[in-house]
Amino acid sequence: MNADEEILAKIEQIKQGGPERYRERVTAEGRLMVRERLARLLDPGFGVEDGIFADATDEGNAADAVITGIGKIHGRTICYMANDATVKAGSWGPKTVEKILRIQETAANLRVPMLYLVDSAGARITHQVDMFPGRRHAGRIFYNEVMLSGLVPQICLLFGPSAAGGAYIPAFCDIVVMVEGHASMYLGSPRMAEMVIGEKSTLEEMGGARMHCEVSGCGDLLVQRDEEAIDAARRYLQYFPDHCDNHPEIMPATDPAKNPQELAQIIPSNQNVPFDMLDLIERIVDAHSFLEIKALFAKELITGLARIGGRTVGIVASQPKVKGGVLFVDSADKATRFIALCDAFNIPLLFLADVPGFMIGSKVERQGIIRHGAKMIYAVSEATVPKISVIVRKVYGAGLYAMCGPAFNADATLALPTAYIAVMGPEAAVNAVYYNKIIELQGEERERFVRERREEYRRDIDLYKLASHLIVDAIVPPSRLREELMSRFAAYASKQVTSPRKRHGVMPV
Amino acid sequence: MHVIASPMAGTVSRLLVQTGDVVTSGQDVVILESMKMEIAVQADVDARVKAVKVSEGVFVDEGSILLELE
Repeated sequence: MNADEEILAKIEQIKQGGPERYRERVTAEGRLMVRERLARLLDPGFGVEDGIFADATDEGNAADAVITGIGKIHGRTICYMANDATVKAGSWGPKTVEKILRIQETAANLRVPMLYLVDSAGARITHQVDMFPGRRHAGRIFYNEVMLSGLVPQICLLFGPSAAGGAYIPAFCDIVVMVEGHASMYLGSPRMAEMVIGEKSTLEEMGGARMHCEVSGCGDLLVQRDEEAIDAARRYLQYFPDHCDNHPEIMPATDPAKNPQELAQIIPSNQNVPFDMLDLIERIVDAHSFLEIKALFAKELITGLARIGGRTVGIVASQPKVKGGVLFVDSADKATRFIALCDAFNIPLLFLADVPGFMIGSKVERQGIIRHGAKMIYAVSEATVPKISVIVRKVYGAGLYAMCGPAFNADATLALPTAYIAVMGPEAAVNAVYYNKIIELQGEERERFVRERREEYRRDIDLYKLASHLIVDAIVPPSRLREELMSRFAAYASKQVTSPRKRHGVMPV
Repeated sequence: MHVIASPMAGTVSRLLVQTGDVVTSGQDVVILESMKMEIAVQADVDARVKAVKVSEGVFVDEGSILLELE
């Protein structure tokens, strides 16, 4: 063996990963080895890797349990870190942390997306003084993530555990893809919870992938297999530019999967009857271009990326089929984050509004529905990307504001013929204004009075009247909605808005 | 025992099933009225209705049990 061969043989040895029994277990569980994950994620034929000899003098500690490097996805350069669960359960030692910090700094310097392939048992407590508290220790990973946030896309693929401090890696990413049955996120394990607070729980209940995607909102996409998670990341990245000063790539336009001419039939004219907003979305976006984000969380509001005429848009849509499309604390949370994501990376926003307003009642007031709603309205206000709001049906009260009504610097407020804009619905409004009069009246007289006042109310908010007062910018026949959106998003592409100089606002959270 | 709980605060507008009925997952079982909207509540499993815990016109809070299934 000559000197070159000797180096290459050492590298090959390290690339094997951890002990055979751990490697066999990964395969037996139907999961991919870390290098198999990278092979599927990255374009073939290009790649550089740093620190492969990290802790190389420590037998069985291949690359110190993390692979960091630069690769390409769809021909675009990206940086990545990937835990190797076969080496000390993917745990963090001092070199692991330093390698992660360096690749994050490289991503910042190159201004390219940063991907985190996480599968780690957490910190090695035995090494804590060399990797936990200091300037270039674990905390710096999260500091770097915050500095990278909004500069370049950050994507987390959660294949296994991300425990305790490690759980903050996904928490600071733009998007977290979780593999059901394997991915988990928790600050304290069930064993620790039982010891410290006396609670008996399971890993799945406390920190499982499905729980996080349905209940806590820490997960964005739930998938069944490692392969699916990787494919989702490749797909997701196609909607994004490399960094905040670029725009998403324009793709060839395709017709919608379903006929836009059918739109009028799927929107019920009775405002109180629900329908499925996804049926509308499918008829205005390019076929198979819709990638729903947080599909299982706060389902009364839909968020997702799509293309309309080849251009990427972020969609924020009421879902009348779930809880009437009413906004709750979680839906406001979901919308806020998605709007901030799109605005950070020059993705225009499309609002599809059919909303009876924010939920009322003592339960949601105690949850702080006002500050959560304020947070959503704050994000809508701050977003300076092109914004189009389509009033699909009713928009009542602060629902109009949260769905980017005219006052929120929408480039256009478009109304479908079923649009209905008011402080509240006619039933509630007439009751509020004429309450004393109504209780004075009896029987038929009362019914007639209420009917007449409601009619009067409806005439007052007639759509043509709102258009003549320039409240809405256009009334669009449903069959023409897609063309209208294509023209407008193309026209608004050069939009540039500068906000007044300040350090930063004080966002309600 | 499996229960169907109210997804949000509102009034029971219509009960679409009664004790003993067989329901399938995804079937509308109760219509609530809340925020002036009709809110359909669906069964999430195939089961038989063991008990109906509410009547039409009553207020239910989020999480209130509407039906017991078996």
